[in-house]
Amino acid sequence: MRGAPPGARLWDVTAHAFHSDFALRVNGADRPLTLDHRVTLLDALREHLALTGAKKGCDHGQCGACTVLIDGERVNSCLVFAVAAQGRDITTIEGVAGLAAPEELHPLQRAFLDHDGFQCGYCTPGQICSAIGALTEAARGWPSHATADLAAGVGAPGELDADEIRERMSGNLCRCGAYPGIVAAIREVAGADGGGAPARAGAAGGAR
Amino acid sequence: MTTLQRTVGAEVTRVEGREKVTGAALYAYEYPVPDALYAWAVQSTVPRGTVRAVDPAAALSLPGVVAVLDSRNVVRLRPTDTPELAVLQSPEVAYRGQIVAAVVADTFETARQAAAAVRVEYDVDDHDAELTDGDPRIFVPDTVNGGYPGHTETGDVEAALAAAPVVLDATYTTPPEHTATMEPHATIAVWDGDTLTLYNGDQGPWMTAARVAELFGLPEGAVRIVADHTGGGFGSKAIPRPPTVLAALAARAVGRPVKVAATRQQMFTMVSYRTPTRQRIRLGAERDGRLTAIWHDALQQSSTLTPYCEQTVTCTRVMYAARHRRTTHRLAQLDVPTPSWMRAPGEAPGMFALESAMDELAVELGMDPIDLRVANEPARDPETGHPFSSRNLVACLREGAARFGWAGRDPAPGRRREGRWLAGTGVAACNYPALTWPSTATARAEPGGGFTVRIAAADIGTGARTALTQVAADELGVAIDRVTLDIGRSAYGQAPWAGGSMGLSSWGWAVSKACRALVKRLDEVSGAIPPDGLEVRADTAEDVEARRAFSRHAYGAQFAEVRVDAVTGQVRVDRLLGMFAAGRVINPRTAGSQLRGGMCMGLSTALYENLETDPRFGDFANHDLATYHIAAHADVRDVQAHWLEEDDDELNPMGSKGIGELGIVGTAAAIANAVYHATGVRVRDLPITVERVRAGLPAGPPAGFSAGPSTR
Amino acid sequence: MKPFAYERATDPGAAATLVADSTEAVYLAGGTNLVDLMKLGVTEPTLLVDITRLPYDTIEHRPDGGVLIGALVPGSRLAGDLGVRERFPALAEALLSGASGQLRTVATTGGNLLQRTRCVYFQDVTKPCNKRRPETGCSAVQGLHRDLAVLGTSDFCLAGHPSDMAVAMAALDAVVHLRRVNGSPRAVPLNDFYLLPGDTPHRETVLQPGDLITGVELPPPPEGAAMSYRKVRDRWSYAFALVSVAAVVATDADGTLREIRLGLGGVGTRPWRARETERLLTGREPTEERLREAARAEFASARPLPQNAFKIDLAVDVITAAVRDLVGRQRR
Repeated sequence: MRGAPPGARLWDVTAHAFHSDFALRVNGADRPLTLDHRVTLLDALREHLALTGAKKGCDHGQCGACTVLIDGERVNSCLVFAVAAQGRDITTIEGVAGLAAPEELHPLQRAFLDHDGFQCGYCTPGQICSAIGALTEAARGWPSHATADLAAGVGAPGELDADEIRERMSGNLCRCGAYPGIVAAIREVAGADGGGAPARAGAAGGAR
Repeated sequence: MTTLQRTVGAEVTRVEGREKVTGAALYAYEYPVPDALYAWAVQSTVPRGTVRAVDPAAALSLPGVVAVLDSRNVVRLRPTDTPELAVLQSPEVAYRGQIVAAVVADTFETARQAAAAVRVEYDVDDHDAELTDGDPRIFVPDTVNGGYPGHTETGDVEAALAAAPVVLDATYTTPPEHTATMEPHATIAVWDGDTLTLYNGDQGPWMTAARVAELFGLPEGAVRIVADHTGGGFGSKAIPRPPTVLAALAARAVGRPVKVAATRQQMFTMVSYRTPTRQRIRLGAERDGRLTAIWHDALQQSSTLTPYCEQTVTCTRVMYAARHRRTTHRLAQLDVPTPSWMRAPGEAPGMFALESAMDELAVELGMDPIDLRVANEPARDPETGHPFSSRNLVACLREGAARFGWAGRDPAPGRRREGRWLAGTGVAACNYPALTWPSTATARAEPGGGFTVRIAAADIGTGARTALTQVAADELGVAIDRVTLDIGRSAYGQAPWAGGSMGLSSWGWAVSKACRALVKRLDEVSGAIPPDGLEVRADTAEDVEARRAFSRHAYGAQFAEVRVDAVTGQVRVDRLLGMFAAGRVINPRTAGSQLRGGMCMGLSTALYENLETDPRFGDFANHDLATYHIAAHADVRDVQAHWLEEDDDELNPMGSKGIGELGIVGTAAAIANAVYHATGVRVRDLPITVERVRAGLPAGPPAGFSAGPSTR
Repeated sequence: MKPFAYERATDPGAAATLVADSTEAVYLAGGTNLVDLMKLGVTEPTLLVDITRLPYDTIEHRPDGGVLIGALVPGSRLAGDLGVRERFPALAEALLSGASGQLRTVATTGGNLLQRTRCVYFQDVTKPCNKRRPETGCSAVQGLHRDLAVLGTSDFCLAGHPSDMAVAMAALDAVVHLRRVNGSPRAVPLNDFYLLPGDTPHRETVLQPGDLITGVELPPPPEGAAMSYRKVRDRWSYAFALVSVAAVVATDADGTLREIRLGLGGVGTRPWRARETERLLTGREPTEERLREAARAEFASARPLPQNAFKIDLAVDVITAAVRDLVGRQRR
């Protein structure tokens, strides 16, 4: 794919390519790739790195199934070009258990099992990654649209009521309607350890 | 065999749960198939006409493009009774969004780019994509989906209405809706000679295999479906849809495996949507509430390809006693995509209308809506005259009312103000047929002491894999961890789909029968298992056929508590409580999720879901998840599902009725009825949007209401 | 999506030169709307200049109570900022009522200002749209327009501006800071930043090729002002506004409105400043009747269509309730 596109101007004939060699740091490992710039982070994970846990539900940031953590923050991986994610620390559902080591499962994964927080399972990896990000945000005291006093924000994640969890998780659609179980699972984890395990992932600059 | 506690009825955690929460569960598109190419559909941009020319040159000039397919260069398929599966078989265009060409390329990105570069020219014909009553082409089908009659009539409904002291006559509409499964339809097709493997998001692997084999003129067994996990179906994956056929055609054409994933945008025209309905209900009643006449008429649409008509009035045939009755489906075939199954096809929109009408009648009579329903409880199936195998609607209404806190409800609308909110409650009944189809299964004793049960079932999130494991373990008399329950492969033999809420009833029967036979066989050989295991196969065809004539249905009642923002008209559902009677519940954990999930979808259809027909273009104007709204976390608050113990020996060995669809039926009416109770505004058209609520509210916000934050 | 080249900019000058050199080059920041539109084929750049490493990612609170928000500050961090929450709660509320948690972590302040309309026809390349492709016609007038604008529309376009943040910023008298290609700074009041569609709906802002948004400045709010952001949407989260109202209100001791600023979302082709309502209310006592009349006056020039006419009454009700509520809060 090297070379000039149709209608190219001087700059692209001389210096630019449509693909790049780079590495993505995923779940703690550097993964070298040569990718067309059009490849999104989601497709890089699914099609090029055999990490199919992140799901493609809409490919436009309208469902949340592709949610992963980038530098500890939840992100729709379908709206990030992979080439722009180099240098970031990416954590997918396949790596979240490692955030809570030495647990075999991340506490949220266990809680989703315990509360039957899923049915078909397709939105589940996104729900879990998003919940980790949401609890990280809450641990900073960040309010949500459901927070009564914006300036006061929220206390520990364990203080989030169900409406807070629901609002913070609304970017993750679940067509099976497993919402009640999902909210129960997140509340349990938020309350059980004050969101401590997820919050460890939250410091800017490192998911691990 | 030692005596163990039965697992049926126990809260067993989903057996595949760990795979799902760790991301290890593989869905169709995710199987590591080497050397696969990517196909991308080119869709018709006209609603009716003929493809005059497909110019592939620009697409073919792109590096990485392997082929451009159109109706001239793909294999011929056999004639089919599902014409939308005749992908690329003719240049005729029957709807906007139909596949008219496809690109196969070495990457996803190139396929997408190349598809946009294919130039298609059309001879365009006039089209009509708008469902209007009075259209001269409207007809009454002889039979509708599910094999039900298109029209039924008992007594003289018009005379009875003329004579009735109280008459309710109202028209209700429901919009086109979409299943919007979280996993868009996806397939990987792999040919090996004349055998075809399809990794497919699928509700019915065996049935899909049979249908695809038929399409391609292949012998039975030549098509293998692999569908270990399916990311939601709701009817849309019960049969193959055009993307699946496209994958198989493309792989055949290029001689390599091909992956196809419908985009979210493509889903709305390529994959089944629920027909819009326009329903007129007329009820005649005595002053004591006893119905004398029920007349339910439903107008629906289909495409010009096939007269699909869903069973919108069939619930009405079962629900309430009345001597004079008439139920009619009417259908218009338009230049639109073909509608098909979406969770509780027919029953969900039909019961929105009937149960809204019953609420309106209760208001008219000054009667409690529960009492009105109880007063019309039939002793036998009102149309067939068959006895009920079991029917606990009244118990659901009464027990649900007790749990919900219905007693003492002031029926007057628009009276309960809490700050800026108007509060109200509503109830609706639901039913869904307890269907069972023949199925086969094998049970195998392994030399190591384990058991393997195989059935071509699908777990689309229902919990079927788990429930079937429980059924097998109990029949075998072993702990569930000794049972491996394999599903999701057509190769396991004839079995119906996860559809019509018949999955567990049908598959469970076959699993039960196979396991019982295996136990017997093991006894015969005194437990001596040969080195290659001991396997038996069961087929329930004769058992299902031999069932006696009964009216078999699950029933339930949904209660809704809502608040309506008096300033804006926004509706908040604070509480949904469902009380169901569905035979024996195999796994309360997954059953609860199924029922709550159905109620969530019912809430979603009540308030949000609306595919906007775009008559000028012939498709739906909104076709993504930003503009086709489904309920999000914030919309779903307290949702509870409960059920009654129900013994029914006329069903299947488990004594179970299906619950996949029961939860959605009735929920929208319960919410609409609660909105009426809150505001005095009767919204007869779904979804219940702010403008529809506001149209009935007094102008301007009542004084003293504060704006406040909008979430609470 | 056509293939594109990708450059990561290390300094603003190089970035601006690259973008100014080609009509097919664009800046890439959060990408939440750009990547979306590229997938749809609505936008087809051949060069993306990634500006996320440029130094525009800080929030500077000024001693006078104003704030300078870097263009690359993501919505989540801006809404989480304590100073913003305390002094500009309407902005925090607007941000938190928009998009989703995972979109807000990436979507930047500058990118939010430049969001494109969510009109379904703009996003569907198989249907005519004057904004996407000039002089092809507007499909919305005869088609689906329920979500679209009633104010500022033309015969060519009624696409609404989708941002919540920008509506709050409109009410907060925000100033958009730009870096011109030649390096010189330029400041444009947000209320002059957006163009009305007229007969050139494809032109949406005053930006010139290569102009780079570096930040948004909010002056200190009026002394003693109360403010709120109220959004009406089809579901309770994760949906664009049917109607939204950003209100900034300061009253005198006698209860008259000393200052009132209103931003409206969901009803305008750009984040809409309700100048007429403000004019009719400033210095007046905010009686219920006067509030409603003044709110309605803003819509005297509205051009409603059958599906979106309800927005006018809805907006009047929400404006009235929002201002009444803020006045009540001031009295407390």
